[in-house]
Amino acid sequence: MARAVTTNRKITMTVIAWSIGFLIFFPILWTVLTSFKSEAEAIASPPSFVFFDWTIENYGIVMERSNYFRFFMNSVVISVGSTLIGLIIAVPAAWSMAFVPGKGTKNILMWMLSTKMLPPVGVLIPIYLIFKNVGLLDTRTGLVIVLTLINLPIIIWMLYTYFKEIPVDILEAARMDGASLRNEIIYVLTPMAVPGIASTMLLNIILAWNEAFWTLNLTAANAAPLTAFIASYSSPEGLFYAKLSAASTMAIAPILIMGWFSQKQLVRGLTFGAVK
Amino acid sequence: MTIRLSTLLGATALCAAAGIASAQDTTITIATVNNGDMIRMQGLTDDFKAKNPGIDVEWVTLEENVLRQRVTTDVATKGGQYDVMTIGTYEVPIWGKQGWLVSLNDLPESYDADDILPAIRGGLTVDGELYAAPFYGESSMVMYRTDLMEKAGLEMPDAPTWAFIKEAAAAMTDKDGEIYGICLRGKAGWGENMAFLTAMSNSYGARWFDENWQPQFDSDAWKATLTDYLDLMNNYGPPGSSSNGFNENLSLFQTGKCGMWIDATVAASFVTNPTDSSVADKVGFALAPDNGLGKRGNWLWAWSLGIPAGTQKEEAAKKFVEWATSKEYLALVAENEGWANVPPGTRQSLYDNAEYQKVPFAKMTLESINSADPTNPTVDPVPYTGVQFVAIPEFQGIATGVGQQFSAALAGQMSAEDALAAAQTMATREMTRAGYIK
Repeated sequence: MARAVTTNRKITMTVIAWSIGFLIFFPILWTVLTSFKSEAEAIASPPSFVFFDWTIENYGIVMERSNYFRFFMNSVVISVGSTLIGLIIAVPAAWSMAFVPGKGTKNILMWMLSTKMLPPVGVLIPIYLIFKNVGLLDTRTGLVIVLTLINLPIIIWMLYTYFKEIPVDILEAARMDGASLRNEIIYVLTPMAVPGIASTMLLNIILAWNEAFWTLNLTAANAAPLTAFIASYSSPEGLFYAKLSAASTMAIAPILIMGWFSQKQLVRGLTFGAVK
Repeated sequence: MTIRLSTLLGATALCAAAGIASAQDTTITIATVNNGDMIRMQGLTDDFKAKNPGIDVEWVTLEENVLRQRVTTDVATKGGQYDVMTIGTYEVPIWGKQGWLVSLNDLPESYDADDILPAIRGGLTVDGELYAAPFYGESSMVMYRTDLMEKAGLEMPDAPTWAFIKEAAAAMTDKDGEIYGICLRGKAGWGENMAFLTAMSNSYGARWFDENWQPQFDSDAWKATLTDYLDLMNNYGPPGSSSNGFNENLSLFQTGKCGMWIDATVAASFVTNPTDSSVADKVGFALAPDNGLGKRGNWLWAWSLGIPAGTQKEEAAKKFVEWATSKEYLALVAENEGWANVPPGTRQSLYDNAEYQKVPFAKMTLESINSADPTNPTVDPVPYTGVQFVAIPEFQGIATGVGQQFSAALAGQMSAEDALAAAQTMATREMTRAGYIK
């Protein structure tokens, strides 16, 4: 009897989990479906879910109008570049805070996080002027710098949390065996924190890929990533929902595929230390 | 030694050639919005390049609000990211006064600037200097379903009154059949519900500010405007109309759910396009309504091309502006896409063209544009220019705040009186802070 209840509960929980998952995924699914409709079908009421005349015309128009691969390459360079530089800075910073905490460590961590609470538009003009004066406007380098700085607090916080879970005794043992600080971080700490570093890296790539304030405001024709590509298909005067959906699908597809293949790593990293 | 010398000479010649080539190749960056006319222009860029060898064009297309923020930042800081910007009649007078735009008064005589419609040209001119060239102009008008009007036993006059609109909306509404007598903008925003309501208020004799910049939302005229608007929308409008902007109403009209729609004249080409509209052959047009006070509830807007003062490529940018806003460009679009797709509302010669006169919405668009007066928008005198906006930098913020109050009233969250009182308080506070009210 007890076994039957457990099975029923399992089925219920599975149904609920799938329903929530479907609910969350539905907007993406709807975007993908809309991208295969004509503009008239995209606004049809009631809307048709699957039974419509499927067309890839929107993708053709988008490819014809925009240089997708230039936007794509900019997105790759900006998100991967800012993540790698961020990790290079954040690993030693998080190590020092986790294993050699000082009096002000907690305050520094909170202060770093507080920079995320400032609305970015508040510093738009100063940053714009600095970028203009040093020639970084509309460059990949400029965006890599900005996104590194913006996401650094999150990277440090995540790594700090992971590092705190690693027993200090292991690091001390390495030190007693004569490991230098550099070797301790590279050969002892990093391998143990690989799941955490990997999930931090993946999450940061996703954040940088989707960042749509600085990437829109600091770029024009040369360094614009896929966020600008999507923005170019949004129109307040004209129904171009099908084309917008095609552009959105093309913009999210790479990161969606990356997330799909690395979901095990992501989940493992994000739940690292959550259950003791 | 000889070999070295010839190598050196060869290299120098190559460098010189490269230098000449780079001097000839100028790339201009154009910031624009994503709408049909602009997309068509992008498709015809090869014609410009053929006529102007050595000038290449890079397009940056952005959503309207993003574009506005982006180009404002760039022009205010003289960032130099764009050589040509697509801007509206709201920005041009403000930016022109600030010295942020290059004057276009020196365009060649062949450009025929006198051919630009006076109402549009007036909105783009500051102290006698033309600061932007209109790419397309628009006003607002009534678009209605001829079949539903006939079924209701009514005939739409060319110049209806608000009383007639209310009568027709009541007669056309069939909520069980999901047909709503009238669709109007309800989404909050200075360019959304406030564009419509400000234009409507002009026909009721209301104004944003008196001659001393005192807000006027406590006037009877504003009360009548908002009360009638809410009455129309609550009784005969579609459900959830406080979230409806241009696109939402366009979608409702195209799918046959609106009896009447008062909005931008540019919508006419969409609702009469049989590919996208299920009611394409049943649409009629009329001037925006009035209340017998001598002003109609229509607005005036022009998407225009301006050159920021920070550009290093002014000459090439001017050549592009001249090409894109010329009579020849209109003919080029007509040749490639048909007369119905020519950017409307900028040149008198277009409306004198016999072929263009056959386009069903051409006459009404011209009459709507000509009936708007940005320097004298309402019944009483005002200290500002602009029909559906007030051309001061503070307007965007104030009007968006006021629009949120009016949208809340439409959603039933507050009364018309409370919304107007909140608007009055907000506008007075902001105008005092900005120094207009001493």
